[in-house]
Amino acid sequence: MNLIEIQSLKKYFATQKAVDDISFDIEKGSIFGLLGPNGAGKTTLIRMITGIFHPDSGNILFDGRKFDPINDSVNIGYMPEERGLYKKMKIGEQAVYLAQLKGMSKVDAMRNIKQWFERLEMESWWNKKVEDLSKGMSQKLQFVVTVLHEPKLIILDEPFSGLDPVNANLIKEEIFSLAKKGSTIIFSTHRMEQVEEICDHIVLVNKGQKILDGTVAKIKQDFKENIYQIGGHVLTEQLSNSIFEVVKYTQENLLLKLQDGTTTNELLKHFINQDISIQSFNEVLPSLNDIFIKLVEGTTATRKFQAPN
Amino acid sequence: MNKITLILSREYFIRVKKKSFLVTTLVVPVIIMIFYAGIIYISMSGSSEKQHIAVLDEANLFNQKADTSDNALIFKFIKNETEQSFLRKYKEQGFQSFLYIPIDTSHKKKYTLHSQSAVNLSAIESIEKIINNTIRTQKLIDNGIDPVEFNKINSSVSLENTIDTEEGSRKGFAEISYAVSLGCGFLIYIMMLMYGTQVMRSVSEEKTNRIAEVIISSVRPFQLMMGKILGIGAVGLTQFAIWIVLILAMQMAVPLIFPDLMQQLNNTANSNTESMSMLASTMQGISSLPLAKIVLSFFFYFLGGYLTYASIFAAVGSVVSEDQQDSQQLVAPVLMPIILGFAIMMKAVDDPNSTLAIVGSIFPLTSPIVMMGRITYEIPYWQLALSMLLLVCSFIFFTWVTGKIYRIGILMYGKKPSWKEMIKWAFARA
Repeated sequence: MNLIEIQSLKKYFATQKAVDDISFDIEKGSIFGLLGPNGAGKTTLIRMITGIFHPDSGNILFDGRKFDPINDSVNIGYMPEERGLYKKMKIGEQAVYLAQLKGMSKVDAMRNIKQWFERLEMESWWNKKVEDLSKGMSQKLQFVVTVLHEPKLIILDEPFSGLDPVNANLIKEEIFSLAKKGSTIIFSTHRMEQVEEICDHIVLVNKGQKILDGTVAKIKQDFKENIYQIGGHVLTEQLSNSIFEVVKYTQENLLLKLQDGTTTNELLKHFINQDISIQSFNEVLPSLNDIFIKLVEGTTATRKFQAPN
Repeated sequence: MNKITLILSREYFIRVKKKSFLVTTLVVPVIIMIFYAGIIYISMSGSSEKQHIAVLDEANLFNQKADTSDNALIFKFIKNETEQSFLRKYKEQGFQSFLYIPIDTSHKKKYTLHSQSAVNLSAIESIEKIINNTIRTQKLIDNGIDPVEFNKINSSVSLENTIDTEEGSRKGFAEISYAVSLGCGFLIYIMMLMYGTQVMRSVSEEKTNRIAEVIISSVRPFQLMMGKILGIGAVGLTQFAIWIVLILAMQMAVPLIFPDLMQQLNNTANSNTESMSMLASTMQGISSLPLAKIVLSFFFYFLGGYLTYASIFAAVGSVVSEDQQDSQQLVAPVLMPIILGFAIMMKAVDDPNSTLAIVGSIFPLTSPIVMMGRITYEIPYWQLALSMLLLVCSFIFFTWVTGKIYRIGILMYGKKPSWKEMIKWAFARA
């Protein structure tokens, strides 16, 4: 079951095609990574999903129905990359106000805020102003006001920037538990190690187009390059062969790339036949970071402003 | 709760709770109170203290006696002194000033009033009057005319202006009408500017703070804009209402605090219209004005003018970012019609039925200010109706147009758009 279905969405601005015919689905309860270099069209895409922008063409289905920006906005929590809170307003009042704008009653809002503040140890902040908070603290507050109204869809743009490892972990745990309770999370970031850790499914956009779509595991399989790691004491003269190339050599550790058509057993036989004791053997999958760089490199810098046709 | 109401009440309460609101709301009536107190003080103190003036009358103009009974002056005639010799003595002998009349009285300029500090204008006027009267009486006698007979045929007319309307005639008080019109026009000008720019600042603050994006994912941009404009406008109305209440309260409190004064005023007003004091005539002038009409028009024109300009200011606020210079450039064309309105208003209070005043009070971008400048005078109903209708239309038009600019501007960062681009946004299809 998909919470969001995006069907050939387009949004052109005067100077460029910000989103140019993108389609993908987001499964209910999943943590979905929306990746892409700066200026790829992620923010425009998110703004269409949150109802801030109207698409030029294409459809967004929300929970099986056509997305209705006015009524569905209560089901969405959006934390933009650039954080925004009223600096001079008291934190408690501000959280209540923002929850009320999402259609909550004052009583419900107060109850939820109290629970969240307790859980994240923020009770003492109630009468403070945002300008008194550190960057990390206001980040935490921003996260709380985003998820306060129990939205079905939570969109987080770089949620960990500015957080120390302890607080980042705290928020990460909250994201997992929200997903477990059934919320769907769109997670937008440049930090690939976080994506690998958190996301089930990712889409990579570049120059307004989708260039990658799949689960993290599948994408890694798709981009693997038959590279294996062997741990053991190997001498250089023991490496001459025709079935693999050496990618990286140290005395205790080897990175090898298998030729097409050879199996891992043939590789292992090569070492076993020479009576070399192998301590470890495993396949090395590319990191998302490598895949990202491979796909995007050389294109971002040269992206020119193109007029729509 | 409706989202506009939510935004409105936040914008409203956050401002009303501020200290600066309390200060401006209370300081203005205090200034008015001080003004009142000043009038009261002057009108009361005028009759109390007598000024002693030494007179060295070399020409023997007064023949040792002068009629100073009407004034707060006492003349004391000095003998056996010269101007130079007495100059050093009059202070020691307890005179505030010293009037010197030379032998040759044909030179008007030779009359001199010596004093340690500046003598107030009314005292100088009184002294001049006494001298002139004495000289005239002397000349009348010299020419064989009986001064008593002359005074009988000397007429003294004071013109009373009555304004005839369908509701009947009432007395016109030109100075009071002028002052109240000018005051109203000025107040509406200040309030429109003050609250209009507050809308602009607040919008651009939300934009730079990036809170706009968070809010706009919950409410439509138009709701955010309208909530803000209405909330700030409500602050203005509250302030105005408090002023009216305070001023009314003070007017009622004055007779309670100074009962003697009111008694005295009534006496002078009844006995002798010529010497009616300034305060009494002010009071009577104010009560002769169509107060209900003025207050209602003020509310209407403040609301209409504010709403029109606030929406324009909101659009400007939505496109500028941190750069102050950017906003200066965009604000200037918005300020122009306001300042033009102010200039026309200054003319309109002098000549409320000139073509310029009529056109200015109908054209919606200047009408709030100019119409308030004409408000104490009779305005034909068709002009008032047309002006109000156009103002409502302009408010709807500008809100519609600027709402579209705002919607795009509030999410745009980086380069400031030109007026041309903004107009393109405004009239692009939704």
